[in-house]
Amino acid sequence: MKLKNKIKTALITMLITKFANAQAANNIIGNSEIHLGYWLIMLVCILPLVVFVINLYLKFNAQVNVNNQSGKQNLQQLFSGYIKDFDNKQITQFVKIKNAKCCGDCKRDGNCHKIKSIALMFVLWFSANNLVAQSTTETRETLLTQPGIIITIVLLLIPVMLGVILTLIKANNAIRKYSNQSKLKEAAKFAEHLKSVDNHEVEEELEKRQRVLNYSLTHHELSGEEKAEDTKGIINNVSDKHETHFTAIKKKAIQRPSLNPDITKLILWYLGCAAFWLVVGTGIGEYLGIKFVSPDADHLSWLSFGRLRPVHTNIVFWGWASLAMIGLGYYVVPTVSNTKIYNIKWGWIALILTNLMVIIGSLCLMAGINNGGGEFREYIWPVMALFAVALILTLANFILTVARRTTKEIYISNWYIISAIIFTIIVALTAYLPFWQDGVSETIVQGYFMHSGVGMWFTLYTLGLLYYFIPQQINKPIYAYSLGILAFWTQIIFYTIIGTHHFIFAPIPWWLQTVAIVGSVGMIIPVVAATINYTMTFRGQWHKVSNSYTLPFFLVAVVYYFVVSLQGTAEAFKFTNLLWHFTDFTVGHAHLGFYGIITFALWGGIYAIVPRLTGKEPPQHLVGAHFWLAFIGVLFYAVPLSIGATLRGMMWMEGKPFIDSVVMMFDYWLWRAIGGSLMFISHIVFFYNFYRMTVKEVEEIDVKEEAFKILEAEKK
Amino acid sequence: MNIFNDHKKLYPIAGLLFLFLTCIVVIVPAFQNQENNAPLPGTMPLTGDEMAGKLIYISEGCVGCHSQQVRNVDMDKMFGSRPGMAADYANIGRTSIWQNTATLMGTERTGPDLTDVGNRQPSRDWNLMHLYHPRAVVAQSIMPSYQWLFEVTENPSSTDVVVNIPVQFMGGKKGKVIATKEALQLVAYIQSLKQAALPDGTKPQEFLYKKSEKETANSNDGKPNIDGKAIYAASCQSCHQASGEGLKGAFPPLKGSPIVNGDNLELYVDIIMNGYDARAEYGVMAAVGTNMKFTEQQVAALINYERTAWGNKGKTVTTEEIKKIMDIIKNKTTASK
Repeated sequence: MKLKNKIKTALITMLITKFANAQAANNIIGNSEIHLGYWLIMLVCILPLVVFVINLYLKFNAQVNVNNQSGKQNLQQLFSGYIKDFDNKQITQFVKIKNAKCCGDCKRDGNCHKIKSIALMFVLWFSANNLVAQSTTETRETLLTQPGIIITIVLLLIPVMLGVILTLIKANNAIRKYSNQSKLKEAAKFAEHLKSVDNHEVEEELEKRQRVLNYSLTHHELSGEEKAEDTKGIINNVSDKHETHFTAIKKKAIQRPSLNPDITKLILWYLGCAAFWLVVGTGIGEYLGIKFVSPDADHLSWLSFGRLRPVHTNIVFWGWASLAMIGLGYYVVPTVSNTKIYNIKWGWIALILTNLMVIIGSLCLMAGINNGGGEFREYIWPVMALFAVALILTLANFILTVARRTTKEIYISNWYIISAIIFTIIVALTAYLPFWQDGVSETIVQGYFMHSGVGMWFTLYTLGLLYYFIPQQINKPIYAYSLGILAFWTQIIFYTIIGTHHFIFAPIPWWLQTVAIVGSVGMIIPVVAATINYTMTFRGQWHKVSNSYTLPFFLVAVVYYFVVSLQGTAEAFKFTNLLWHFTDFTVGHAHLGFYGIITFALWGGIYAIVPRLTGKEPPQHLVGAHFWLAFIGVLFYAVPLSIGATLRGMMWMEGKPFIDSVVMMFDYWLWRAIGGSLMFISHIVFFYNFYRMTVKEVEEIDVKEEAFKILEAEKK
Repeated sequence: MNIFNDHKKLYPIAGLLFLFLTCIVVIVPAFQNQENNAPLPGTMPLTGDEMAGKLIYISEGCVGCHSQQVRNVDMDKMFGSRPGMAADYANIGRTSIWQNTATLMGTERTGPDLTDVGNRQPSRDWNLMHLYHPRAVVAQSIMPSYQWLFEVTENPSSTDVVVNIPVQFMGGKKGKVIATKEALQLVAYIQSLKQAALPDGTKPQEFLYKKSEKETANSNDGKPNIDGKAIYAASCQSCHQASGEGLKGAFPPLKGSPIVNGDNLELYVDIIMNGYDARAEYGVMAAVGTNMKFTEQQVAALINYERTAWGNKGKTVTTEEIKKIMDIIKNKTTASK
C-alpha cells in the first residue's frame, strides 16, 4: 500500500508540474508578442503528453480498483471461471497434479526493481522538466519571433521529448509490475484453491473439454482421397515457379476485338508524332531553363532565349498536346458512338497540316518572324491557318461520326471533345482577325485568347477524354451524368469570361477586370463538380489503382485539376496579383496545370489504348520510372519556383532594387532546371516505352508452334 | 434531357452560347476601346529608325521577359511616373500584313519593365554595351547577349559607332566592336520609350495600394527616411557600378572622384540633375536627375551616400544646402532656354 501511495503522489506531482508548465507558457504569451507558431508548437508538444499522462493515470486507477475488488469477494466465482478457461496443456497439467497429489511452492521475487525504476523515472522527469524550463526562459520576447530561434527550440525539444517519452514508458512498466505483483498473490490463492479441489465432476468435465479441444478436421472431408483434375479447363495460368518480384506486377491491357488496321495506323501516327514533339519541345524547354542559370551558354541568334521561348511553348501546345489529344479522340469518339470513324483520309490531312504548322512555325520563330508578342499566338497567321484547317477537318469528321452513332445518347466525352473543337475555332478566329486589335484592344483579345486556348481547348478536351478513360479503366460507369452536365455548362459560362484576369490593374476597362475576378471564383463550381464526379467513380475501386499502370496517371490528372484550378482562382484576386503577377509563379502554375493535368491525362490515355491497338505491352518498370520521374520532376520544378516567385514579389512590393530580386532568384532557377531535367528524362523513357509498344520486334519463337510447323512440313 | 441526345441541338447551342459570351467580353469591349481612345497630344510617333528598332524588339522576343505596362499600383512606381492609360497605346495599330498589333504589354518581368526606360536609362553607350554583353555593365544580369547585332573589325571607319567592351567580355575576339544599323535602331527604339506627358491640368490616376504611413513617414530621429544607397542602385549603379569604380573607357569612377569628394557642390548637383559630357574618354551622361524628377531630399541622400561609400571622405550635405543649389540651377537652365 505504501508503494501505491508513492506512485500516486508521483503521478500527481507530474500532472501539477505539467499544468504549471502550461501556465508558464500561458504567461509568456500573455505579456509579450509571441509568434503564433511558437504557441502552436508548444501546444502540439504538450497536448499528447498531457493526454498520455491522463491515460496512464486512469489505467493505474482502474488497476487499483480491480485489485481492491478481487481481494474481497467473488473469489470463488473468479476461480471457477479460470478453471473453465483452462486450455489443453493446463488441463493435462492439472490432471497430472491431481494424480500425483502434490504441489510445488510458488517462489517470489523481491520488489527492489520497482523502486529503482521509479527513482529513475523521477530523475528523468525532473531533468526533462528543467530542460524545458530553461529553453523557455532563455528565449523570451522578441527573439521568439525569429524563425532561426523557433527552429532551434524545436530541435532542442526533440531530445527533451524523447526523454519524456522514455520516462512515461518506464512509468507504464512500473504500473504493470505493480499489477503483476497483485496477480502473483492471486495466483498463490488460486493454487491453494486448486489443491483443495477434490471433485470428480470437475475432473470429468475437464476431460470432456479436453476431448473437444483435441478434435480437428482431416482436411479431406469434402474432397475425398482422389487426385484433383481440371477436366473442363477452367483454371489456367497456373504457375508453379516461385519468383521474387522486385516491382509490383500490374494488370495487362485487355485485348479488344481488333480495330480496323487503317484507323489503328492513323491513331498510332498521331500519338507517335506527339511523343516526338514532346521530346523535342521539352528538350528546348530544358535548354531554356539552363539559360536562366547560365546565360552565356551560346550567343547564336537562332537559339537566343527570346526566340526559343515561344518555340518551346508552341511545340508542346500544338505538337505534343494537340496531336495526342486528337489522336486519342480518333479512338474515343467512334468507340463511345459505337460506330466507325467517318473519314480516315481527313484525319491524315489534319495530321500532316498540324505537323507542318509546328515545323514551319518553329523555324519562323527561330528566324525572328513572329506575330507581335502576344503569348501563345506567336505563330503568324499563315502558319496558324494550317491548324485552323486541320481543326475544321477534325470537327467535321467527329461530328459526322457522332451523327451516325448507333447508341441513342451522345456520351458525355463527345460533348466535351466536339465542343472543345468548336470553341477553339471561334477562339482562333477572334484572336487572329484584325478588325478589333488596335491599341489596348489587342490586350483584351490577348487575355481572352491565352486563357481560352488553355481552358477551352486543352482542359475541355482532356476532361472529355477523362470521362471515357477513367470509367473504362476502372470498369465502372461514371458516377453522375448530372454533375457532368453542371460542370459542362458552368465551365463554358465561367471560363469564357475570365481571360482578363491576366491583366488585372492594366489599363483595360475596370468592369472587365471585375468580371474576370468574379468569374475566376465561379470556376469553383465546374472544378468541384468534375472532381467529385471523377473521384466518386474511383470510390470503392481504389485498390485497382495500385495494380494498374494507367490509373495512377489519371489520378494525378484529377488531383492536379482540382488543385491547380483552385490555385488559379486564388491567383486572380487583387492582392495575389500584386504579389505574383509578372513573377515566375505564373510559370510554375502553367507547368503544374499543363503538365499535371493535360500531360498526365494524355500519358494515361496512351498507355491505356496503345497496348490494345498493337498487342504489345510497355516494360512495366519503365512505365513506373516514367511516372515517378515526371511526378517528382514537376514538383521540383514548380514548388521552388513558386516559393522564389513569392519572395521576389515581396521584394518588389518593398521597392527593393530590381537586380537584387534577380540575384535572389538564382537558387530557385537552379532548382527549376533540376526539376526540368527529371521531367525531360521521363519523356525519353516515355518515348522508349512508346517505341516498345508499337514497333515490331523479332518475335520470340514458340517451341510448340514451331514443332507443329515441322510436323506439318514432314507430312507434306 | 433531349438536347444531350441530339447532336443537331447540343453543339449549335453550346457554340452559340460561347460565341455570345465571346462577343460580350471581347469583341464589343475591343470595338468600344478603339472608338473611345485617342493618343495623348504629347505622344510622339515613332521615327523610321525607332519603328525599325521596334520590329527588332518584336522579332527578338524581348516581350518574353520585359513588360511595357505601368499598373496603377504603388509597386510599379519604379517603372514610371504615372499609371499607364489606354490612351498610351491608342496609336499602336497593326504592325504589318503578317503581324498583329504589338502593344508589347507582356506578362513576365524576368527583367525590368521598359515603359519609361528612355527616361530611366537614356545613355546610348550604356545601352549598346549592355546589348553586346549585359554582364559587362550589370554583373548579375541574366539577359542574353545580342552579339549578332554587332561586328568586330580591326579598323573601324570614322562613321562607325565603336562600343568599348572590356577585354574579358570580348570572348577572345580581337579588334573593335562596332554597332550595326540594327543595334542602333534597337537602341533608338529603347530610348524612345518614354511616358508621354499628360495635357496641362490633367491629373494622373493615383497609384493604389500605397505603403502605409508608418513605413514611409520619417523615422524616429526626425530625419527623412530616404535611402541614398537604394537611389544609387536604382539610377546610377548600372553605369558607375556597385563598387563605384565605373567601367574603364565607358563610365568614370566615383570612388576617389574629385567632383564627388571636392567642394564644387554646384557642379556635382548639376551633373546629377542635367548630365555631363565634358570628357571625351567617357560616354555621355544623360540628365538622370531631371528625368527621374529627383527631389532635394533624394539628391542630398544620394550625395551623402556617394561621399561616404567606397572609402570616399567627402563632407556630408543637408537638404537645405541642396535645395538652394537646385533653385539656382533651375533658374540658370530656364534662363538659358
